[in-house]
Amino acid sequence: MNKYGGNAGAIAALVREAEVHRDVYVDPEIFELEMEHLFPNSWIYVGHASQLAKPGDFITANIGRQPVMASRHTDGSIHVFYNRCPHKGVKIASEPCGNTGKFFRCPYHAWSFKTDGSLLAIPLKKGYEGTGFGDTQANEGLSKVRNVVIYRDFIFARLSDSGVSFEDYFGESLSTIDNMVDRSPEGKLAVQATPIRYMHTCNWKMLVENQTDTCHPMVAHESSAGTAVKVWKREQGDATETPMAVQLYGPFMSPYEFYEQSGIRIWPNGHGHTGVANSIHSNYQDIPGYLDQMVAAYGEQRAHEILGEVRHNTVYFPNIMVKGAVQILRNFIPVAVDKTLVESWVYRLVGAPDKLYERALMYNRFINAPTSIVGHDDLEMYERAQEGLKSNGNQWVNLRRLYDGHEEQDVTAVINGTSERQMRNQFHAWAKFMTMDMDKRIEAAE
Amino acid sequence: MISEKTITDFIYEEAELLDTMQWQAWLDLFHPEGRYWMPLEWQQQDPVLQPSLMYEDLLLLKVRVERLAGERTFSQKPKSRCHHLLQSPRIVACDPAAGVFKARTSYIYTETRGDNLERYSGWASHDLVRVGDALKIKLKRVDLVNFDAPFGNIQLFM
Ligand code: FES
Ligand SMILES: [Fe+2]
Repeated sequence: MNKYGGNAGAIAALVREAEVHRDVYVDPEIFELEMEHLFPNSWIYVGHASQLAKPGDFITANIGRQPVMASRHTDGSIHVFYNRCPHKGVKIASEPCGNTGKFFRCPYHAWSFKTDGSLLAIPLKKGYEGTGFGDTQANEGLSKVRNVVIYRDFIFARLSDSGVSFEDYFGESLSTIDNMVDRSPEGKLAVQATPIRYMHTCNWKMLVENQTDTCHPMVAHESSAGTAVKVWKREQGDATETPMAVQLYGPFMSPYEFYEQSGIRIWPNGHGHTGVANSIHSNYQDIPGYLDQMVAAYGEQRAHEILGEVRHNTVYFPNIMVKGAVQILRNFIPVAVDKTLVESWVYRLVGAPDKLYERALMYNRFINAPTSIVGHDDLEMYERAQEGLKSNGNQWVNLRRLYDGHEEQDVTAVINGTSERQMRNQFHAWAKFMTMDMDKRIEAAE
Repeated sequence: MISEKTITDFIYEEAELLDTMQWQAWLDLFHPEGRYWMPLEWQQQDPVLQPSLMYEDLLLLKVRVERLAGERTFSQKPKSRCHHLLQSPRIVACDPAAGVFKARTSYIYTETRGDNLERYSGWASHDLVRVGDALKIKLKRVDLVNFDAPFGNIQLFM
């Protein structure tokens, strides 16, 4: 079937002002086009610079479905390449992370590359003399991803040579990453834990949408968070302190009014966050010694400013979500139209008390693990949607909550926290980044 | 007197309770300070400052058990079932004088729900204490052989 390929009009028509066609979630051709257009045109999270502490350190990742890797070069710079040998395509690195020493060496025929990707040596090199090898792409070594920006240690890459610049793409949304980093008294995060990985049999966009879906927690999570609150009430006896676990689960059961007034902020290009005024992370118990450290580092006023900003979920379009207040990043990695690998990372606030790290790790396993009861609630909904959308009875998904009939696109705004506007914002961006290079490519082919 | 056979019988009995979904009786096997731990790293030492899949006390295990029966627990419609296939436990310690009872059991665990069936392999380590005449679980540690792989929902107990 070739209904959508090269047909920007047909793709744009899948996204109405306040509805989207179910093909965006279930059509394999749309998924292929997302891999070909949407992901290369967007800025995608690759990893964190703390994972590349020493020269020779490397990590592997995917941009869409394309394997890439990042490495720390001998001169300290960070480089991102496609993870494939220029000879016959063998993946250079097969592990999530490691240290390669002074150079990468392909395991198949031992071509070797410097840690900036350039070709170092080929065994029996004279076999290439006079063959025109010098003019091939292979002679350049590992193919570089040229558009790479490292923002406060967060490594982002855009595969397409042309497109929206990093600054224009993210704009003010970077304030969530800023806040997360600023929460370290040293202004520094470190990845020390392997991510929790969780396979979802649903389209990746369902997960992204769910991040700002504030009308589901008190319903879908009544079974988990609701039960946690109930069991604690019954069992607490004369306990004077609420356990950290109950502090984390409890706020999920906040009523609609809480989410309404906490607000949603949207930004251009599909980014946005819940929890503007306050959030489910606002009322965790203070951790002894932390505030003092922050005041010492930043001064009274700035420390309170940083800790007073307690955003809930920030979606960085297309496929990550950041929680500054608990130092978690969730990466929704598309595998197939109905399969998504979710990797949830915890960052350690360098210099902060261990208790904060304990809490972040606890939150991650409570909410983001295949063994998480909150995760079970959510995945059940995504799986049912993935099945239900095959029905032809109604081919549209409704995103009309608090739609006022004339929404401006690509703006910054703060709105009622139960609005589905951030989902609409994402789909506007989706159509934009899906189609922005389509006509150009057709022209080039003609 | 607690013998090696008492420990082995305890472990078989525990698996039986899980397979027959006698959740409350299973919870009763735990010491009030007991923990259920599923590490996320090879030979992991620290459940608190290293990432785990699960590290839960009795309160949280009660929440899980109560949730399984909840009217609005949609991920349990239909209900999951499980099956434990255990190798004979290897007794690591059986020292009544010191009150130390430990065993390690290799297992294959199956969890099903509707038409889906998932199979997991690993080792269960039991750290037991004596309370009155009975043994209770101080720590049940479940190490999956492929702890680092991405799983779908694991809703019951290994
Ligand atoms: S495929 Fe890498 S050296 Fe041949
Ligand atoms: Fe949820």
